[in-house]
Amino acid sequence: MFGYYVGLALRGLRRNIALTALMVIAIGVGIGALMTMLTIFRAASGDPIPEKSARLFAPQIDNIGPRPNAPQSGDRLPLFLTYLDVTAWMHAHAAVRQAAMYPTTFSITPPDPDRNPIVAYGLATYGDFFPMFDVPFRYGGPWTGRDDDRHAAVVVLTQALNERLFSGTDSVGRTLSIGDQPYRIIGVLAKWHPSPRFYNPGGFSFSVDDQLFVPFTRAIDEQRVTYMNLTCDRASGIRNWEAMLLSNCIWMRFWVELPTARDVANYRAFLRNYAADQQRSGRFPWAPHVALRSVTQWLSYNHIVPPAVDTLTGVSFAVLAVCILNAIGVMLASVMTRAGAVGVRRAMGATRAAIFAQCMVEAAVIGLAGAVLGLGLTRLGLVGCRAVLDRDLTVLTRLHGTDVLIAIAASLAATLLAGLYPTWRAMQVQPALQLKTL
Amino acid sequence: MEIGPILSSLRRNKVGATLIALQVALTIGVLCNALFIIEQQTALSRAPSGVADEANVFLVANRWIKSTTDLEGLMRSDLAALRALPQVADVTVSPVQPLGGRGMGMGISLHAERRGSGSLTAVFPVDDHALNTLGLKLIAGRNFRPDEVLVSHNLRDFYSSWGVLIVTRQLARALDAEGNVLGRKVTLAPMGITATIVGIVDRLATGQFSADSAIAQNSILAPLLWIDTDCFYIVRARPGQLASGERAARAALNDISRQRTIADMQSLADARHDFYRGARGEALLMGVICAILLGITALGIVGLTSYWVSQRRRQIGIRRALGATAANILRYFQTENLLIVGAGSALGVILGITGNLWLVRSMALERLPAHYLLVGTLVVLALGQVAVLWPAARAAAVPPAIAARGP
Repeated sequence: MFGYYVGLALRGLRRNIALTALMVIAIGVGIGALMTMLTIFRAASGDPIPEKSARLFAPQIDNIGPRPNAPQSGDRLPLFLTYLDVTAWMHAHAAVRQAAMYPTTFSITPPDPDRNPIVAYGLATYGDFFPMFDVPFRYGGPWTGRDDDRHAAVVVLTQALNERLFSGTDSVGRTLSIGDQPYRIIGVLAKWHPSPRFYNPGGFSFSVDDQLFVPFTRAIDEQRVTYMNLTCDRASGIRNWEAMLLSNCIWMRFWVELPTARDVANYRAFLRNYAADQQRSGRFPWAPHVALRSVTQWLSYNHIVPPAVDTLTGVSFAVLAVCILNAIGVMLASVMTRAGAVGVRRAMGATRAAIFAQCMVEAAVIGLAGAVLGLGLTRLGLVGCRAVLDRDLTVLTRLHGTDVLIAIAASLAATLLAGLYPTWRAMQVQPALQLKTL
Repeated sequence: MEIGPILSSLRRNKVGATLIALQVALTIGVLCNALFIIEQQTALSRAPSGVADEANVFLVANRWIKSTTDLEGLMRSDLAALRALPQVADVTVSPVQPLGGRGMGMGISLHAERRGSGSLTAVFPVDDHALNTLGLKLIAGRNFRPDEVLVSHNLRDFYSSWGVLIVTRQLARALDAEGNVLGRKVTLAPMGITATIVGIVDRLATGQFSADSAIAQNSILAPLLWIDTDCFYIVRARPGQLASGERAARAALNDISRQRTIADMQSLADARHDFYRGARGEALLMGVICAILLGITALGIVGLTSYWVSQRRRQIGIRRALGATAANILRYFQTENLLIVGAGSALGVILGITGNLWLVRSMALERLPAHYLLVGTLVVLALGQVAVLWPAARAAAVPPAIAARGP
């Protein structure tokens, strides 16, 4: 029976090529617009570390105090931290794993003396960073807490940088000249591109990966400055590096791993006690104000999805709505021009259910054709987006296997929904009335 | 005009007419907001930077590898070598890139004792060659004298006074309603640095505050020769000598020392192109989406009207037989379309305002000026009239003889 309906649908659709084409185009364009923006939106708002995101937390503390006209995010907590606070938390060791971090740039002299020095982006952090974020290693491994304590000159390279400097060979144990300091290579990462780069948003959230990692303690010794925000709120009188470390300037991030709800509660209490201590000592003489956010909470708090992507996704839903309205109208016309044929089928004993099934199969055929066209248009749309969007976002413009299924499902849902009213009208066709006009 | 018969026939095609009206409403709702966003983003990407002839200025992003050597001496010889090149008109140096996203943000105020009295400003530490290199238009006061330029090793030197300062016109207005700031002393937060304003330039874009037009030009030039491992040499080439100037600059710098990295050189025109890429991209995508919406809506009107025409061939024939001219039939369908699209527009204007309120709340967009609603509506009304022409012409071509045929 189903095969018969498909045959009927194809024949019916072929009878009015123009109307059929119109429906397929409408649905295809709608699906194409929606899928293009949805692909980008999903990549921009996805969970970068799904297996662990509920156990990783970023603490925040108020180092500015109550201000009457501060237009900051909701609870007006700063997004970065001071050196004093992160080092205090590192020493407190109140979580299973913890790592302070800040981004910095490095000049690297390649081992090949003929090549010019290069600049690389990287992160100064603690050894816990790697096991905490499940960072995969190709060669070697992370540095240890002992390396952190003795400010060791060790470095972890990403696969890409190792490829560039050592043509992808196992470089562990070799020496790399960073700035004018010799660093021992202790590990090389396997492919690792969390997107968005949740642990350090700001700057580039999507496109530019860190290229190397060095111990935080070592980077501070070498007076390496952050390449992102360094915000100083009150008169700090910064005259030198030591003064900056002791100042109220914020430029660091801190992440902790807290496996159980108990750990989370304990850490919250630790943070509150810490803030209360600061209040007592007069450093932050206001009521304790702290927060502890999981990865997903942190991402939405940081508004990681760019407003342009938000707007365009909203608009693409409107486009799909217009396309569906359009398809309803055209489908109605297409069904009603064939009211005579429906009348004949009804007169020859077809039940209303049979007419319903036939029309729905017809809608599904249009939906499938629309999905194929829509996927083609999505690819085209993504190529276009890559050409014009902000560079930080262009890495998100990739179509994945699951997107094909989503497109087909969305297209079928749209056409079946659009087909409901025309189908209902077809079911109302009176056999006798239609036969009279033939 | 025969509005009555049109309404009564529309009542028989309620669903089709409603579908078109809803499409029109959604299209107008999106269109007027999209036009507004396009206009704003385009204006943003064309905002003047204050730099004259951006295409003849290029940036050399220089980074020293060894931090221990005599950076000031190296920088001074770099500057001298660049200025000596025949292709080069003038050179300045700054840690901040014009038309870049990053910068030094500070608070500035004429009355340091009054809390919240000042404004936000982007600081460009430069030497006395900046005005000439960037081609900034001095509208009052004077440039820095060479002896006023202080040598500042990033964080290691701290000056409680910078001596002199040059501000932009927008910042002068922000500090004093009349812009009367020449010779007056300002205080910079957070460090409490003081300086006297000696010059006002017409414009200099901040880069970092570009999204907020109220402070987009709030820049100051500070007389600081900023010595650090990273810096931008800003070079104005002689007219038409940009490419050869870039090559000569790279060679000259490498002759002085190879212990450095020089990123790909970029003209300020290219820097502008990169900096506003996102804004242009959003405007373009909005434009494409609008075109798609208009196209789909037009196709929908063509499709449904054609269907109505084919349904009503007999009635049309009868009207023709009773003396209606082809022009009457044409006008009938045009009027019908105007009524449907008009009804849709009314709803569309409401949708447009609702959509804008959502954008105002969630993206901090400005309120939609009324003329965007008007333009959006007129465009869609015109589109409806164009779309209906072909089916209406087919209706007008129905011969009166149809009326004589069966049933």
